[in-house]
Amino acid sequence: MAKQKVIVVGGGLSGLMATIKIVEQGIPVDLISLVPVKRSHSICAQGGINAALDTKGQNDSTWEHFYDTIYGGDFLANQPPVKAMCDAAPGIIHYMARAGVMFNRTPEGHLDLRLFGGVKKRRTAFAGATTGQQLLYACDEQVRRYEAKGLVTKYEGWEFLSAVIDENRICRGIVAQNLTTMEIRVFKGEAVLIATGGAGMIYGKSTNSTINTGSAASSIYQQGVPFANGEFVQIHPTGMIGDDKHRLMSEAARGEGGRIWTYKDGKPWYFLEEWYPAYGNTVPRDIAARAIYKVCVEMGLGIDGKNQVYLDLTHLDSKFLETRLGGILEIYQNFQGDDPKKVPMKIFPAIHYFMGGIHVDWKHRTEIPGLFASGECDYMYHGANRLGANSLLSALYSGTVVGPSIVEYLKNMDKTSLDVKSTVFESQLKLEEEKYRKICQMSGKENPYKLHEEMGDIMRENVGIVRYNKKLKETDEKLQEFMERYKNIGVSDNSQWTNQDIVFIRQLWNMMELARVITLGAYYRNESRGSHYKPEFDKRDDENWLKTTKAYWTEKGPRFEYEEVDISLVKPVPRVYDVDGRQGKKEAK
Amino acid sequence: MVREHIHLKIKRQNDPQSQPYWEEFKVPYRPNQNVVSILMEIRKNPVNTKGQKVAPVVWECNCLEEVCGACTMLINGTPRQACSALIDKLPDGVIVLEPLTKFPVVRDLMVDRQFMFENLKKVKAWVETDGCFDLGRPPIMNERERQFAYELSRCMTCGCCLEACPNVNSKSPFMGAQALSQVTLFNMHPIGKMNREERLEAVMGRGGIVDCGNSQNCVRVCPKHIPLEKSLAQLNKETTLHGILGWLKK
Ligand SMILES: Cc1cc2nc3c(=O)[nH]c(=O)nc-3n(C[C@H](O)[C@H](O)[C@H](O)COP(=O)(O)OP(=O)(O)OC[C@H]3O[C@@H](n4cnc5c(N)ncnc54)[C@H](O)[C@@H]3O)c2cc1C
Ligand code: SF4
Ligand code: SF4
Ligand code: FES
Repeated sequence: MAKQKVIVVGGGLSGLMATIKIVEQGIPVDLISLVPVKRSHSICAQGGINAALDTKGQNDSTWEHFYDTIYGGDFLANQPPVKAMCDAAPGIIHYMARAGVMFNRTPEGHLDLRLFGGVKKRRTAFAGATTGQQLLYACDEQVRRYEAKGLVTKYEGWEFLSAVIDENRICRGIVAQNLTTMEIRVFKGEAVLIATGGAGMIYGKSTNSTINTGSAASSIYQQGVPFANGEFVQIHPTGMIGDDKHRLMSEAARGEGGRIWTYKDGKPWYFLEEWYPAYGNTVPRDIAARAIYKVCVEMGLGIDGKNQVYLDLTHLDSKFLETRLGGILEIYQNFQGDDPKKVPMKIFPAIHYFMGGIHVDWKHRTEIPGLFASGECDYMYHGANRLGANSLLSALYSGTVVGPSIVEYLKNMDKTSLDVKSTVFESQLKLEEEKYRKICQMSGKENPYKLHEEMGDIMRENVGIVRYNKKLKETDEKLQEFMERYKNIGVSDNSQWTNQDIVFIRQLWNMMELARVITLGAYYRNESRGSHYKPEFDKRDDENWLKTTKAYWTEKGPRFEYEEVDISLVKPVPRVYDVDGRQGKKEAK
Repeated sequence: MVREHIHLKIKRQNDPQSQPYWEEFKVPYRPNQNVVSILMEIRKNPVNTKGQKVAPVVWECNCLEEVCGACTMLINGTPRQACSALIDKLPDGVIVLEPLTKFPVVRDLMVDRQFMFENLKKVKAWVETDGCFDLGRPPIMNERERQFAYELSRCMTCGCCLEACPNVNSKSPFMGAQALSQVTLFNMHPIGKMNREERLEAVMGRGGIVDCGNSQNCVRVCPKHIPLEKSLAQLNKETTLHGILGWLKK
């Protein structure tokens, strides 16, 4: 059989980790990324990464990490894969430290840990407040090492457009476009991994990078792969609301002792500490975000009458703050002007993370053989709400699972992409070329960036922290209206060289498709669970809704199916944070 | 004084072969803007000050929080990130944007910085790990040393230091502070150290540390405040020592 090759789309933590796993088996990888992989969005992650390393003498265990993750996710996550992730976490951190990550150390030189939300023990390893950057760099360096050996070929500045799927519904490669020369071509490969990250741009403004459009995930959704749990979108309680972006102030700020407050009756009111005495400021994100929303929007008690409350670090030692939170203090000071060591920060919840994503099985295989997905673009590990510092872990861990899973798939293959009829590739290529040509010719009145802004505004307004069915329905209608208006877009750039305009227009359509999945998924799910909150149905409803949502693309919009959740390890219990409600903290023997 | 308009003067270029030209744009003033948000505003209505509808300006950005390094350009002549260049902190008057000059222009404000990534290969800026499996606890590390290494590890390959360096130019193979400083970093890592000599040798030839004139322009422009002067001094010491030792062994 001819030499096999794997195509990895996405060079964030997950794609890079998978690449390392695959090339360590001697199989070459073509690595495709919109940007130099060293600039991928994983770089933004600040606070840290969870693993029950137990270097603080607290008797932490991987079982407890597992339980906290399931409980924090309101029991929507399939339990066995989460268990496997938590068991593997310490080994992953050990590797990352060996590979060069400058994690903070204890006085004896061991890996230091800090507290994060929704947990009782110190379980978060960190490198200052730029943990994602450090992890990404270490993976990038390992991949560069294999690149120098000729095992990895990077295609940076290329955009994945669609998968090549043959008549037997097997994936044989991809079509991608060079964003400088605008060349569109086929990449043949025995397996394709989509590790393209989150989709914050669907909401216009979020904590995400501008490249996080979810376009690649949307594209394979439109090719028949179901999108799971789209309605579960994490809203981070502590964002800096900006005009261009909602920058994040990491949960680490609260983990290290930061307090949230506003004025009530002229006095500081620490409402999280009052409402949730068992966890105080380190309640999980959905709980904190809803509390801040309630204080500002419903009670009208925001600072200066605006939608904002204080995140206060001023009582903490400034040297301590520098070594543990330096990176985010710098961001606040640079963009806001005040020094958070001296003045409390002003924050409000912001769109942050997609628990939902491409539907995969436990080996990260999609329903199309040869097509895999991992990282934030999959749906596997966080249920209805993600615990802080668990997604760097799931990004890396899913990479360590999908790599070997691909290798196994290659072993059992009977033919390679070279044996596939050339017309299979040619027809997909033609399709993408045609689509591109059509966009080039768009000469209507709508400006794509303005249309995008409108979409983001309505998504944040109606498909955010608090959701009402009437508003969700209206939003879906509005989205369909946008899709009509899309046809009337005019291209402002006619160049065939580095044309960012056309690229954005193509992404915008894909964002709209996913926006409908999110909105309608939310509309149908008549309960409240984790990040999904409907005042009209304010209880979790396990009888009817302990189910994974699966959206399938059809021409008329998403069609929904539901799938049982694997709860074979721990029994669902009510999720509360005013008292310690966890009932399975110790492993049942 | 509050601006009425934000007035940008941008050096544009359609592709690597064509000649650069200047184009100006005016956008109504709003508080709390930065250079990226203004460029985003322009693409919603790409009309220049002459009232002509033109192609939107091409530039790079991802993170918008000064951590990915993508949006680096010359702003009023200084190399820095556009996302953290707050309009309210720039002096009144026209804001001038130009692409970095030490890298080939792709289009408008976008340049090709592959040179820096290639240099990371040359200096072997990685740890030679046995593999990504679990080998148990990593070596312990002194927290004080770790703090210095951490500062070096925050380099985001933005290229400001190369832009400001008098010795980096198209006629010289000098790699500049960015890649050199990575050698210091990896030579401090408990496992990375084991391949210390290979890295030192990689920077002892042409284009390496000897080409540094020690003018320290790099330190002054590094947005991450990386102590490049210390990093390069340490590297200088190490290479000198390595040179002498190598000579003695002959
Ligand atoms: C501000 C911020 C702070 C965070 N802090 C933390 C934290 O402290 N702890 C934690 O656990 N998590 C944190 N997260 C979440 C975490 O960073 C992400 O979930 C994680 O990094 C995602 O990694 P990934 O590999 O899946 O995707 P990404 O890092 O987003 O990488 C996606 C890759 O895909 C490529 N790509 C995308 N689309 C295409 C396409 N069409 N064609 C080609 N290439 C494409 C991109 O170029 C990129 O290389 C944070 C997130 C944000 C926004
Ligand atoms: S010290 Fe001067 S010559 Fe050396 S790298 Fe820095 S700017 Fe360039
Ligand atoms: S050393 Fe500083 S200026 Fe140079 S590339 Fe790195 S971050 Fe940029
Ligand atoms: S956009 Fe990342 S540094 Fe400016």
